[in-house]
Amino acid sequence: MAITLNINGRDYSIDADPQMPLLWAIREKAGLMGTKFGCGIAQCGACTVIVDGNAVRSCNTPVATAVGKSVRTIEGVSENNDHPVQVAWQDLTVPQCGYCQSGQIMSAVALLERTPEPSDNEIDKAMAGNICRCGTYPRIRAAIHKAAEMSKT
Amino acid sequence: MNEFNFTRRGFLKIATTVAGGLAIGVPMPRMAEAGGHGGGAEINAWLTIDPNNIVSIVTPQTEMGQGAFTAVPMMVAEELDIPWENVRHVFADANRHVNNDNLYTTTSTGGSTTVSRRHPYMMQAGASARERLRHAAAARWGVPVDEVMAKQGMLTAGSNSGTYGEFAADAAMVTLEQEPAIKAYGDWWLLGKDVKRLDIPLKTNGTAVYAMDVTLPGMVHAATASCPVPEGRLVSYDFDAIKDMPGVIAAVELKQPKDVAAFTDMRSGVAVVAESWYQAKNALAVMPVVWDYGRGASISFESQTAEAMSLLANPGTLVLNEDGNIGRNLDRGVNHEAVRGIIDGADKVVEGEVYSRPFETHATMQPPCAVVDVKADRVDVWTFTQDIARSLNEVADQLGRDTKDVYLHQTYLGGGFGGGYNMYVHRQAAAISAEVGRPVKVIWSREEDIAQDAQRPPVWGTYKAALGDDGLPVALVTHFVGEEKMPAFSQRGVANMPYLVPNRRHEYSIVQSHIPIGYHRAPGANSNGFIVEQMVDELAQAGGWDPLEWRIKMTEGNEPWQRVLLAMKEKSGWTPELGRGEGMGCAVVESHGTIAGCVATVAVSRRGQIFVDRLQYFMNSGYTINPLNAVEQAESSAIWELSHAFFGGLDIRDGRIVNTNFDSYTMMKMPDTPPAIEVHIENSENQWWGGLGEPTGPPTPPAVANAIFYATGTRIRSTPFAKAEL
Ligand code: FES
Ligand code: FES
Repeated sequence: MAITLNINGRDYSIDADPQMPLLWAIREKAGLMGTKFGCGIAQCGACTVIVDGNAVRSCNTPVATAVGKSVRTIEGVSENNDHPVQVAWQDLTVPQCGYCQSGQIMSAVALLERTPEPSDNEIDKAMAGNICRCGTYPRIRAAIHKAAEMSKT
Repeated sequence: MNEFNFTRRGFLKIATTVAGGLAIGVPMPRMAEAGGHGGGAEINAWLTIDPNNIVSIVTPQTEMGQGAFTAVPMMVAEELDIPWENVRHVFADANRHVNNDNLYTTTSTGGSTTVSRRHPYMMQAGASARERLRHAAAARWGVPVDEVMAKQGMLTAGSNSGTYGEFAADAAMVTLEQEPAIKAYGDWWLLGKDVKRLDIPLKTNGTAVYAMDVTLPGMVHAATASCPVPEGRLVSYDFDAIKDMPGVIAAVELKQPKDVAAFTDMRSGVAVVAESWYQAKNALAVMPVVWDYGRGASISFESQTAEAMSLLANPGTLVLNEDGNIGRNLDRGVNHEAVRGIIDGADKVVEGEVYSRPFETHATMQPPCAVVDVKADRVDVWTFTQDIARSLNEVADQLGRDTKDVYLHQTYLGGGFGGGYNMYVHRQAAAISAEVGRPVKVIWSREEDIAQDAQRPPVWGTYKAALGDDGLPVALVTHFVGEEKMPAFSQRGVANMPYLVPNRRHEYSIVQSHIPIGYHRAPGANSNGFIVEQMVDELAQAGGWDPLEWRIKMTEGNEPWQRVLLAMKEKSGWTPELGRGEGMGCAVVESHGTIAGCVATVAVSRRGQIFVDRLQYFMNSGYTINPLNAVEQAESSAIWELSHAFFGGLDIRDGRIVNTNFDSYTMMKMPDTPPAIEVHIENSENQWWGGLGEPTGPPTPPAVANAIFYATGTRIRSTPFAKAEL
């Protein structure tokens, strides 16, 4: 079935079964490889993208439900790797293996758009769905605060 | 520790690059000799200087976030004296390695050895290049070599100056009378400074390429299932039942070569191939498959535990020799034949209960994945591996092809932790691609990953000791039980514990197990440290000693340990006596040549909820190349083991792993992360370089368990703690 998906402001015409998880439509059909697969059951957050402003787990979101909405992936966060969240991530050397980080960054971007100065509790809540097997949590927390700080000025 | 002694003259391989630069091949002893001297040295890496003054360093190790791609270039840049911005890291060519008599010596990445073993060779390469550049400049300018300065990528002599790049081609022609000596330890401008890892920017915009991200024209996707009970075999499958499902292309039998699979053999199973991976996975899930489960079907974690308990009720069946099998040569007063007799005749005997740790799985964030394209003239491979050459050889073996035709392309790893060894996903992809005649991407579902990973083995252990009049142990016997495939893991950090007990005996026994196992971040030390370091607290308590003072006393004269223990005492605010419901605990474990101490502060609520408020680490690795990277890795290893202490743990029933995905194999997340993790570097700076990718993990669970004991009076002897009753 022909489907049009708007990803990062661009329309992609893809041929997919409506039940295909959005994750695989993004990766296999749109060819955007920054969004990762980690568990397939909405338990790890590696596949997090922003749909109409909300962080969602694309691995269990049927592609049909994203039609007519705006989907943002890591590729759409900034042109030059310089969104405040990305800069804070680089300054505080957050990523290790890096595999979870697209999802972490998307969750953080969604959080900061809604809550520009999150408390530790708000960070805990917003980031609780993102596993980092490398254990970069303390740096993620500090980087979210830093990005919030940078966005103020 | 790291004495090296290569022949100064002619040990490097010098060449001119195509672009007119200088290329230097860096030798390194073969693994077997790595602990000793540099005989039989071969090229381990290439350093090139281009005319545009860019220095590239090719190393054959893999980057999984541990920092290999940054540490090695730092060592070279230090001696070469080139601005850090001019340094690049380049992936190595596995095909060239394998087909040129192991050009890079070894491509294995593990055991925290990238820095500890390789630094003298990498630094020598940098020094040699710098000297050649100076000679080249001296010749062109007609000045004595002594007058040529090489600094920050520039050569100068009086009014003459030029970049390294301008002299790189000439430098390739220079023959040195003698290779320069490398700098004295500590006499550095770059090493010892915080440097951000080179791979970080690629990992904030999704551009770092993992095997998962490789796409080839015409590529199909495969989901696989090996027998859910390890060692079992595929009997039959019914492809007809799924062949009309959307996107489905084929089912391919995965053939195990022998009755008992070796660590990296393909295991008996079946793959479903489809246009999209989710179609392959869904079709595989409903395809009828018949298995012959084999001996494993009667094994459970409960039955293994029962077997271990009955073994522990008696003396061990095997005794470890005096040296143990790991570690530096600490003086051990072992008199093991007499130990049991001394304890039996003693007045004050402490008898431990049984401690244990369960199986754990790697659960690397990227599940195992490989892309293979088998063609008539060549085979291309991208895979999850911590050893590119080994995986290339495995693909060649799988297909019966000449290694010359196999090209393995390195990618970043979405986690490793030892899971990138004992991996056969690329064998599967090769077999499937050969069968369907198209490039294939195999992805293990998370369920398949947890079921088939080479797991961290369990351990059970106990001890018995006799105390003297001063309350310190005079005799100690330990008895640890491991599984049958790598029983040595049940002894690491046990027989070579640093505590000076005058009479010691270390026994072990083995339980049956069909579960495949492998290396897992600080193998052996990770589980055994939990037991030994709580035993120490029990012995100290029985003898009326403060647990930290006990450790200090029992390692007297051992400078590296004393340095860590005294720092813990002076800097952590140490006291085991806190207010009600609060406790401080300590533990120290050595792994990979680094001694890591942890002081944990916990609070336990009335309802038994445990809060880890603060973790303080004290590490002695001799030297530290990049403190920032060391701290990152210390935090990472600490959280790794804290995760296994509070979550984690595999259960086995009817031979299969009960946990299936992250809903049943749980791990630490942001809200569970302790508010404070502090890392102190307490280096001896006396010519040894310990590994830093793993050592803060092992002391973490015992330090927390000891702290819980001081907070509540209850000792936790197994993980995950969530199951413990407080
Ligand atoms: S892959 Fe979607 S949450 Fe794990
Ligand atoms: S950086 Fe490796 S899983 Fe998060």
